[in-house]
Amino acid sequence: MGLKRVAALACAFALIAGSTTWAAEVDPTDWPAVLEEAEGQTVYFNAWGGSQNINDYIAWVGDTVKERFDITLNHVKLDDTANAVATVVAEKAAGKDENGSIDLIWINGENFVSMQEAGLLSDGFATKLPNWRYVDTDNPSVTIDFTVPTNGQESPWGGAKMVFFADPARSGPIEEMPDSADELLTWAKENPGRFSYPAPPDFVGSSFLKQVLIEKVEDRSVLQEPVEDAEFETVTEPLWEWLAAMQPLLWRSGRDYPDNYPAMKQLLADGEMEIIFAFNPAEASAGIAAGELPDTVRSFVFSGGTLGNTHFVAIPYNSDAKAAAMVVADFLISPEAQLRKEDPRYWGDPTVLAMDKLEPADRDAFAEVDRGIATLPPSKLGPVLAEPHASWMTRIEEEWKKRYGS
Amino acid sequence: MRAAVPATTSFPRFSRVVRPGFSAWAIAGLLALPVGVGLAGAMLPAVGYMPALGGTTFSLAPFRALFAQPGLAASIGLSLASGLLTTAVSTLGVALFLAAFHGTIGHRVARRALAPLLAVPHAAAAFGLAFLIAPSGLLFRLLALPFGFDRPPDLLILGDPLGLAMMAGLVAKEMPFLLLVALAALSQADPDRRMALARSLGYGKAAAFLMTVWPTVYRQIRLPVLAVTAYASGVVDVALILGPSTPAPLAVRLLGWMNDADLSLRFMASAGAILQVAVTGAVLGIWLLGERLTGAMRRQAATTGHRYRRDTGFRIVGSLPVALAGSAVFLGLLLLLVWSFAGFWGFPDVLPPSYNLTTWERVLPAAAGPMATTFLVAILAASAALALVVVLLESRRCQFRAAAGRAIRLQPAIAGLIYLPLIVPQIAFVFGLQVLVMALRLEPTILLLAVVHLIFVAPYVALALADPWYALDPRYEQVSASLGHGPITRLFRVRLPMLTAPVLTAVAIGFATSVGQYLPTVLIGAGRLPTITTEAVALASGGNRRIIGAYALLQTLLPFLAFSLSGMLPRLLSPQRRAKRAP
Repeated sequence: MGLKRVAALACAFALIAGSTTWAAEVDPTDWPAVLEEAEGQTVYFNAWGGSQNINDYIAWVGDTVKERFDITLNHVKLDDTANAVATVVAEKAAGKDENGSIDLIWINGENFVSMQEAGLLSDGFATKLPNWRYVDTDNPSVTIDFTVPTNGQESPWGGAKMVFFADPARSGPIEEMPDSADELLTWAKENPGRFSYPAPPDFVGSSFLKQVLIEKVEDRSVLQEPVEDAEFETVTEPLWEWLAAMQPLLWRSGRDYPDNYPAMKQLLADGEMEIIFAFNPAEASAGIAAGELPDTVRSFVFSGGTLGNTHFVAIPYNSDAKAAAMVVADFLISPEAQLRKEDPRYWGDPTVLAMDKLEPADRDAFAEVDRGIATLPPSKLGPVLAEPHASWMTRIEEEWKKRYGS
Repeated sequence: MRAAVPATTSFPRFSRVVRPGFSAWAIAGLLALPVGVGLAGAMLPAVGYMPALGGTTFSLAPFRALFAQPGLAASIGLSLASGLLTTAVSTLGVALFLAAFHGTIGHRVARRALAPLLAVPHAAAAFGLAFLIAPSGLLFRLLALPFGFDRPPDLLILGDPLGLAMMAGLVAKEMPFLLLVALAALSQADPDRRMALARSLGYGKAAAFLMTVWPTVYRQIRLPVLAVTAYASGVVDVALILGPSTPAPLAVRLLGWMNDADLSLRFMASAGAILQVAVTGAVLGIWLLGERLTGAMRRQAATTGHRYRRDTGFRIVGSLPVALAGSAVFLGLLLLLVWSFAGFWGFPDVLPPSYNLTTWERVLPAAAGPMATTFLVAILAASAALALVVVLLESRRCQFRAAAGRAIRLQPAIAGLIYLPLIVPQIAFVFGLQVLVMALRLEPTILLLAVVHLIFVAPYVALALADPWYALDPRYEQVSASLGHGPITRLFRVRLPMLTAPVLTAVAIGFATSVGQYLPTVLIGAGRLPTITTEAVALASGGNRRIIGAYALLQTLLPFLAFSLSGMLPRLLSPQRRAKRAP
């Protein structure tokens, strides 16, 4: 093929692609019109693909929306959500303002704030979805993500709460496990090399640092405001002191870190680590069911509270399947989909719905979910500590990298 | 119906298509163009220009930000060391192995074992090695019983700050590759007569090989060696699995910045891409200096008069690197297999207490689609690469029409262009390429993905095919021409059938290269064309060893089939060929 012909072909491709429809906004208040437009559309759902349970759950959602709404849902499995953000950035850089490659993205926290600030998200839609009426709006984290108002630009999907796991068969009674960051430090002195956390910017690793910061900070209210340079050092000083004491006691003496929380599960199973943590209270039960963890593992929390937040789905500004993406987002907060998600046989992720808003039959079904032998009931999960403003996470990650990341 | 046209009439038409020079330049240019454009796409943001993110003025701020990154020097050092040490150990291992085993049974065993070794993708080999040498891995499980420990030792083996585990993983994969090209080059280095001469002067077997045969072999495989050097200095997947994290080698950190949600990091990441090109360039430069140094040392050793006759010990030691690398990859693969069937398998059990099919039941239905995509893209890219490379090689040969027995090589400029994608680190230009593809509004299709893979596949096919192509005795075709056959007939009836084995090997190498592509597939496929490799990487982030094992095996399967077929087909076709040769 000559150069000329290739160039001609490239131009032809460009013309064909350029003539497709514009990524127009869709009005969710006219729901029947949304359903009609959604019919036959394909939704590329970019979501972390590291968990077979979650992948299977999303496949089930795909089958269901195909059957009911004639929507094709393709799960694009990510190894890091930031990659999807980077893709939308690249598309904006290339002027690809319509027909973008991502229609729905599993997101929260700093990734959301980044996209919102850069104008990479569709207009607010979440609060206008029909199933929004079931959502637990008394929980501020369904509309405020890391202190930043979502403006309806992301629709809640599930709750998350930091929970710790240990194996009493190796480490003694679960009741005697540490009950705060300080007690964890004391425990580590007695059991050196048996605790660690994923290196930031891993989401769960950064969250652990925030947990310690919230516990140790003098005035928690400053964390709800964007970080100010002048105060950063003094406010975070207790965190760095705690880390300095912890560092030599970490697994591998802090010279290496687990990749992420699933890696910590493996380390717990092998007996390399004795206390691990995750953002999903049912993680241990699911791990036992999957043969990843011994069936003696149990959960515990700090009685003073642990970090909690909500994870969402959002629609990029240049999606051309916005109607179908909204229908999927709406289905994800239906009692049916939320019930299945809370069941640890499928996933075990806490619901974002308010029990008192549900039909009695649905409420009973939620009450009957068997959360698994290693999962704490909602009543024993302890208080929720609110996420600091997203800017704290960014600064803490930078500072951590300076001190320990090189 | 028209009468059959005599084959000779196609001659003028063919020579127009393969006009010496033009088509070669066109093909080489087409393959190199994306690299250039991709680099330009990294260069502009590196100096502050990226209007979509508000960068409209030129400045050196991205480079200042880059050099202010903590641990940057360590990252650069790791990349340098990885490029140099990996290549040095791999090359030395191959040289020692051939010196010790040339013309023996070990030589034949190695040749047999090569195909499956080459089929294992880098990431799969790295995971296998991790399952083997980690403190909770097989080796320590074997030690646990005699030494009586019930939990893994707290040792920093994977991800050690010096990157030794990472380099071991790279060596295990690169040594078989270099051995393959060295074996191919060996037959052209006239080993038997050279050895006989050196032996008659009283040199030991190993010394005779290293002093007379190896220099010629090395000259032939220099390009693959340089490709390994460049690859090892910019590797991402193996570094992620086995390499250190605090700090990571430059290419890994670069990927992190490129993918960061903080969009302003893109400028610094682009500066990092340029730095990566410079680091790889430095590694290549140092390697070329090292070549001169070792050449001088060899000449000095040759003039001392030592005959190095007693080399039994040397020959045992010489076999170690290749044997270790080979058995590590095979054992790793076996471990992946066992994990994919394991139930709960805790330390220090050497074998899983229970087995089940759960993993495969979940994996297989989900993997069918990606497997099909992988196969289609790979076969398209490999066949297209073969066609392009054949045209390229033939057009060069046409310029040497009557030069029987004279060594033909590609013009240096053209070779430089084709092999550019092997020398320039992938991570430095794929992000720029992604922006170009988007700007052209190209939709992710199988065809587009195959075209992008072609950039990386074609150089390997050319690498594998060029030497055997030009080594074929031109007199076969001269005889055919004297019987009145045109160039197309000669190509399809004489040259290609006689070169079936190297052609199929080249296609298999191209196929395997395509299967292993991760970054270009994710970026150009925009996640819409998942291949078995992209799925494996996404699922590996979940750290479930059963899933990792299953996907790594699936990832190995397609290249393994390709290599096995390329080895079997010539033998299956051979009765027909014999008949043709001796009518």
